[in-house]
Amino acid sequence: MSARGKILGSIRAAQGKPAEAAAEERERVRAHLAARPANARPAPPRDLRAEFRSRALALSSTLDDIAAMSAAPQAVAAFLTRNALPLTAVCWPELDDLDWAAAGLHVAARTARDGDLVGITGAYCGIAETGTLMLLSTPRAPATVSLVPETHIALLRAGRIVSGMEEAWKLLRSEMPALPRAVNFVSGPSRTADIEQTVTLGAHGPYRVHIVLVGS
Amino acid sequence: MQVTSMHFKARAKEKLADAKLQAALRKLQGNFVKGRADRVAELDNFEAIREAGAEIRERALANLDLYLAEFENNATARGAVVHWAETAEQANRIVCELAAQYKARKVVKSKSMVSEECGLNDALAAAGIEVIETDLGEYILQLAHEAPSHIVAPVVHKSRDEVSDLFEQKHGKPRKTGIAELTREAREMLRPHFLGADMGISGANFIIAETGSTLIVTNEGNGRMVTTLPRVHVAITGIEKVVPTLEDVATLLRLLPRHGTGQTITNYVSVTTGIRGAGESEGPEHFHVILMDAGRTRLIGSDLQPMLRCIRCGACMNHCPVYQSIGGHAYGWVYPGPMGSVLTPLYVGLENALDLPNAATLCNQCGVVCPVKIPLPDLIRKVRERQFERGLKPWWERAGLALWGWTARHPALYAIMTAIGARALAWMGGSGKLIHNLPLGGGWTGRRDLPAPQGKTFREMYGRHWRRS
Repeated sequence: MSARGKILGSIRAAQGKPAEAAAEERERVRAHLAARPANARPAPPRDLRAEFRSRALALSSTLDDIAAMSAAPQAVAAFLTRNALPLTAVCWPELDDLDWAAAGLHVAARTARDGDLVGITGAYCGIAETGTLMLLSTPRAPATVSLVPETHIALLRAGRIVSGMEEAWKLLRSEMPALPRAVNFVSGPSRTADIEQTVTLGAHGPYRVHIVLVGS
Repeated sequence: MQVTSMHFKARAKEKLADAKLQAALRKLQGNFVKGRADRVAELDNFEAIREAGAEIRERALANLDLYLAEFENNATARGAVVHWAETAEQANRIVCELAAQYKARKVVKSKSMVSEECGLNDALAAAGIEVIETDLGEYILQLAHEAPSHIVAPVVHKSRDEVSDLFEQKHGKPRKTGIAELTREAREMLRPHFLGADMGISGANFIIAETGSTLIVTNEGNGRMVTTLPRVHVAITGIEKVVPTLEDVATLLRLLPRHGTGQTITNYVSVTTGIRGAGESEGPEHFHVILMDAGRTRLIGSDLQPMLRCIRCGACMNHCPVYQSIGGHAYGWVYPGPMGSVLTPLYVGLENALDLPNAATLCNQCGVVCPVKIPLPDLIRKVRERQFERGLKPWWERAGLALWGWTARHPALYAIMTAIGARALAWMGGSGKLIHNLPLGGGWTGRRDLPAPQGKTFREMYGRHWRRS
């Protein structure tokens, strides 16, 4: 018998169930997966944007507000200049339409490679409860752009801030046929506290995460 | 991983005398214990969420075979290959075969306690494959040839100076002393490995039945590198890690980081489903998930099944007075602290870890802080019972208990014995009413005095009270 058969068989035997699951037993499990019942959760924040902001700041992200997406290149250039960071970056192909050059930036739309110092991404949505960005990997939104460079800048439409992770999943199910290969929830710059329990920013991922909130 | 739990007492004695370790453990208590308390206080209905967490895990275990089959179906539909391993050796063999199949020379790993159970790194090395641990703590341990001493903070036992010395010696670079500089040096050393590896091996904090996804929580970003950059991704995990839905994931993620590191959320939560999609220029082309049993099915359906709810946060060890005093290495296997006192004997054999279930005060700190309400002290007691039933306790302990049991069933004799005992102890206590040195009980009185009984037994006093009224 295969390892699979032995493992699943011994689980059923240990629970005093017949070797083969009855149709109604399977149906119950499938029904539960289809129904996805809600679990207890904390009260949702009243002001999603304010909560997102304060949570993101608490996790060492920084934030800027702009009125419209067309202002993003200027805001990104200002942030990079302010922090004495290079004006050369990679961005999601999805963001290639923005006029980066007009803001004095050299931006390549592609996956990130070693040596890329600044990565500019969008965000599928934001989660107010934890100040988290939800990023989906697609051909036009490669995951490496938010991971490999030392600086990650994310453009997030304020209207896409949802209450909790439950709402983020709900949004995803309503808009996408299935989960993309990678769903990454990003909550601030990468960090480690492995040496002497001392928090250090910038372990293997970005040293800084800057969120540009777009619109009201 | 080799089991050294049989040497618990000797190791514990060494650890108690290790001043550096003691300082490190004090720090851990400050950060993780206070961090958890602060983060839990943020949730106005924490107990309801904790209850929901326990229910989610119980539901998955109650229909474990069917949720695993659902996971397998959904993962396979997305191009992943699911493997089943009855033992750690089987799991190792599967990984080595995959490495051979894909001609992998170099493997990068993110932290996986299941792979520690297997001793996977040694198996890969024996097959001639270079393995690099990429979690900073695990990387340090790999350089130092040491085992983790905590499931979340594996290198908690090491000081910054030791890491400085180690990096200087192994990296051949000028000695750094700041933690930020040391972290940067590790980043720079590991970057080329991420980019040059043929295979990435991760664990999984959860596997999700609804979507066939694996999920890891990390802070450093190495987990994302390992699951994104190499052309092959292998996730290895225990069969008990399945959760039904993404909603359940949302609930458990309110508990795991809070209890693990005192974070509201970890920096990264990465949910990976299937292989690189059409048109994608990154992500693994091959994705394999290994579901390992290695002792887990033995707990199913037994009174120890609640242990399989465990989400590996480490709160039980952070709050355990025994762990706080001796650290993780003394426990002698992958899982230290109260969870290890239950899991180690059950996974590696009761006879190989006799002291572990007894390395507990049963104070229930672990039970109180467990995010999925595992009644750890009860389970520890049940493991003790199993030791006794299997005749694994020393003859004098068995004889002592048998004698006590026989006396307790003869009330008149019991009254006489206890009356003599109480008076003898009172006499020994003298005018100070403290016993400084108890014969046969030197372990108790070696470091503290035993308050002496006052001369009469409870039954004598109760009887007198009854006659008077």
